[in-house]
Amino acid sequence: MSVNRRQFLKRAGALTALGLGGSFVLTGIRGKIADAASQTPSYQKQKQGLVAKHWAMVVDMSKFKTEEDIERVIQSCDTIHNIPDFGNKKDEIKWIWKDDFEHTFTESKNEYLTENFKELPFMIMCNHCENPPCVKACPTGATFKRADDGIVMMDYHRCIGCRFCMGACPFGARSFNYRDPKPHIKTINPDFPTRTIGVVEKCTFCVERLEKGLKPACVEASKGGLIFGDLDDTNSEVRKIISSKFTIRRKSELGTQPSVYYLVGGEESV
Amino acid sequence: MHKGGRIIASLIIFVGLFTIPFFYNMGKANAGPEIDAQQLANFQSIEPSINMVANHPQLFNQWRNQFVQNGQTVYVNSEGKSIDISLEKLAGDSSNQFCVSCHNYTAVKPTCWDCHSGPEGARK
Ligand code: SF4
Ligand code: SF4
Ligand code: SF4
Repeated sequence: MSVNRRQFLKRAGALTALGLGGSFVLTGIRGKIADAASQTPSYQKQKQGLVAKHWAMVVDMSKFKTEEDIERVIQSCDTIHNIPDFGNKKDEIKWIWKDDFEHTFTESKNEYLTENFKELPFMIMCNHCENPPCVKACPTGATFKRADDGIVMMDYHRCIGCRFCMGACPFGARSFNYRDPKPHIKTINPDFPTRTIGVVEKCTFCVERLEKGLKPACVEASKGGLIFGDLDDTNSEVRKIISSKFTIRRKSELGTQPSVYYLVGGEESV
Repeated sequence: MHKGGRIIASLIIFVGLFTIPFFYNMGKANAGPEIDAQQLANFQSIEPSINMVANHPQLFNQWRNQFVQNGQTVYVNSEGKSIDISLEKLAGDSSNQFCVSCHNYTAVKPTCWDCHSGPEGARK
């Protein structure tokens, strides 16, 4: 049988329409679930989780007097987050650590600083900047800012270890796993993931605790030295401190808008 | 013809040696993974509307993205049941060899347990 030109075009047209239609059929798992299910699956947040518009931290310097005060706070973070100890500065992984005034507030070097101020150790962690350069630098979205509460998060699954974020962060808040961290973790906390060689990590404001309704581990361990709360809530303790007392932020002239505030001379003003 | 017997005997020995691996493995090759029926049922009940054995990698990828990127850590399945998203909880107690035995059998080595604690032997 022969097909004339008209018939050929008709059939070809019908086939094309079929093919196009076929590609609209949902593929992947969403489609499969939607087809079979009585109700579409969904995702929710934990009901008991703490929520805020803008999480912020105040470091009350008057509460960090002894080496013990500082070590206790650092330890609390290190143990629950499976932070390895390589025993050398070069490979060090740090989420919260201490440094002296001059290194913490490089811009405000003041030669008439009182001696005790110069010696004071400052607690340092990721500032969860409102305008985070690390997020802009990250090519994969592995570091991102949570839209609802302002926490700058890490997705280790996505991190390719390019370390652009480390170059972009002006605060040295990020550490890179140059070596496999696992053998160097004293006791592994099975409830928290470890990391692998080749990813960057940093403080996450304890998102895994916030969703359980708990404050960050360092805050709990600090006996009032670290105050954590919602900066957008006018009744929160952090907001009250920041709006009524003298606080400073690290390198505020860079415009990253850190969410970690240092309350200096807190004792006198209380 | 007095060498015929020897030739035949040698042949039999040769064929015997040659087929030892075959007889040795007879009945073993298709033994399959040791799967506990109850655990399989629990696993399937996570999302009854899909075949979990075939589709759990995609589902878990979705879980991961929702959990890490959006902070949505509870999965409400097609029957309205809420499940805490957690690889650690999923693995249950460390004697639970459900995931490991199946993955070993199919020679699938997911990287999940490089970081997340899993059933004992999962990292091997
Ligand atoms: S302190 Fe550094 S790592 Fe943390 S949000 Fe700011 S730029 Fe990013
Ligand atoms: S090292 Fe990881 S988090 Fe940092 S910029 Fe590269 S991909 Fe992003
Ligand atoms: S907020 Fe959590 S992650 Fe950040 S330093 Fe404190 S304990 Fe560590």
